Amino acid sequence: MKFDKTEKGLAVALAIAALLSFVVPEWAVFLGTLAVSKCLVVFGCLVLWRTGLVSFGQALYFALGGYTVGMAGKYLGWTDAVLLTVLGTIVAGVMAAIISMLLARYREIFFAMFSMALSMILYGVLVKTEVLGSTDGFNVVVPTFFGYAPEGTELLISMFMLTLLVTLIAAVFVHRYLSSTLGHLTTAIKDNEIRVEYLGLSVFKAIQFKVILAGALAGTGGAITAFSVGHVDPDAMAYWTVSGEFVFITILSGTGSVAAPFLGALLFQVVRTYAFQYSPQTWQLVLGAVLLFLIMFIPDGLWSLVRRIRNKEVA
Amino acid sequence: MTLLRAIQLKKSFGSVMAADNVSVDITENEVIGIIGANGAGKTSFVNMITGYLKPDSGQILYEGRDITALVSRDITRLGICRSFQVPQVFSSATVFENLLIALGATQPSLGAMLRPLHQEERIREAEVLLERYSLTDYRGQESSLLPQGIRKLMDIAMAVVSHPRLLLLDEPTSGVSADEKFGIMDTIMTALKVTKVTTLFVEHDMEIIGRYAERVLAFYDGGIIADGPPGEVLENDQVRQYVIGEELHRAATDDQGAGHA
Repeated sequence: MKFDKTEKGLAVALAIAALLSFVVPEWAVFLGTLAVSKCLVVFGCLVLWRTGLVSFGQALYFALGGYTVGMAGKYLGWTDAVLLTVLGTIVAGVMAAIISMLLARYREIFFAMFSMALSMILYGVLVKTEVLGSTDGFNVVVPTFFGYAPEGTELLISMFMLTLLVTLIAAVFVHRYLSSTLGHLTTAIKDNEIRVEYLGLSVFKAIQFKVILAGALAGTGGAITAFSVGHVDPDAMAYWTVSGEFVFITILSGTGSVAAPFLGALLFQVVRTYAFQYSPQTWQLVLGAVLLFLIMFIPDGLWSLVRRIRNKEVA
Repeated sequence: MTLLRAIQLKKSFGSVMAADNVSVDITENEVIGIIGANGAGKTSFVNMITGYLKPDSGQILYEGRDITALVSRDITRLGICRSFQVPQVFSSATVFENLLIALGATQPSLGAMLRPLHQEERIREAEVLLERYSLTDYRGQESSLLPQGIRKLMDIAMAVVSHPRLLLLDEPTSGVSADEKFGIMDTIMTALKVTKVTTLFVEHDMEIIGRYAERVLAFYDGGIIADGPPGEVLENDQVRQYVIGEELHRAATDDQGAGHA
């Protein structure tokens, strides 16, 4: 297998992040884990965005991934992090495959609203399900890694390593998908669906593929988040504001490259954490102001800044 | 050999008959011009053959096979492609990328679709198309910024990527300035000769019909009122009355024959 510049760059950046986790304080590793696992979900949003589709319902798959991990631990006694992450991904992917049969017919605001409505159904169900702790949720098992059962700082770092590895694999996959024929075609769908159909291709199937890919990625992100936080509950995983966060990060990042979500997710996590710490009553106001600033001054996201710097170097 | 056979196609939109018992046989390697006033049913005919519209009744046979109920993408896969009156291209991509994407779309399987778009062989094919359709000068330009004539050529180049056996061109020169028309038609017809494709083109300009069509179908009010070689059809009384219309007066004084309809 050959790797291109973006893939190598990502591998190097994530390796540096992995090494840093041994020197930075614990809270920073935790913050990093959450940010990187959000990246996974944002990859999915990016894939959809390339066709002009915005999903306000990625929390559905995010929560499914998280709850799958929680429930498999609670009822089956499974603890292996890799196994459960794969399981969470599959459950979310299967759900996305079912939903895609309906969702792939819709575009624009209808796509956004329909995906949100579906995710709020799950939220409603979770809130009413007492065995799953209703609004309180429940605690998730402590993960093991192929029999290795770390604790404390070691657990935190192991989880971070796993997150980085999974995200790197996902990033390479998404990058290759975007540069593949199918990836280019789905961008073309945004331009002209009629032409795509007259080239002998099903627009419906191409969009279905995207919905499933995005759903599975959100499931992976949810599974990892559930492990890292050690707890799942409807408000933190399934409420529509969670989906909103992913859309926020997508806008913040820009959709120019698969590397963009790393910047976006990290900045988002930092802003959110500090806003929450320094103004616990009005942190949403701070986030809102940041979003407003971004849309007005860097509408193409943080990645457009990177691109601008690069172009200057070339010139 | 008969490539396509339309049998008693009927299609109405409310009280308007877009197709009223349209029957026609198309033989392999013909170049057919379709004429008719606005609303005569020319585009509806093209749309029915390519699966964009379903006829209310009647049958379309392609190589002896009934394709009436198929959707457009399946019909494309069988070898019937079309271009559009308003060019349907990917506006945010460059000319070259448009061709690459179109070529990529001919991949048969999901596995092949997941391979990179930029492949050596495909790039070579795209270069050939650029050359053949005189698009080389516009290679790296974003297609939304190009003149209509160029977009028309792109549209046709993208329609032939899968090597169709039957190609339908819906008004290849509409929206193109008068002095560019012949240049564009020459490019198209020369390119199509190389690939030996049976061609139907809808056209309003009788000069173009006279020069490029081997056979002409004249539509009026949803039906075909004349079918034959251009010399014969363009002299047909009904055609002169309903299709060429007032141009008749000009034809008397103009030694070019019928002018722009």
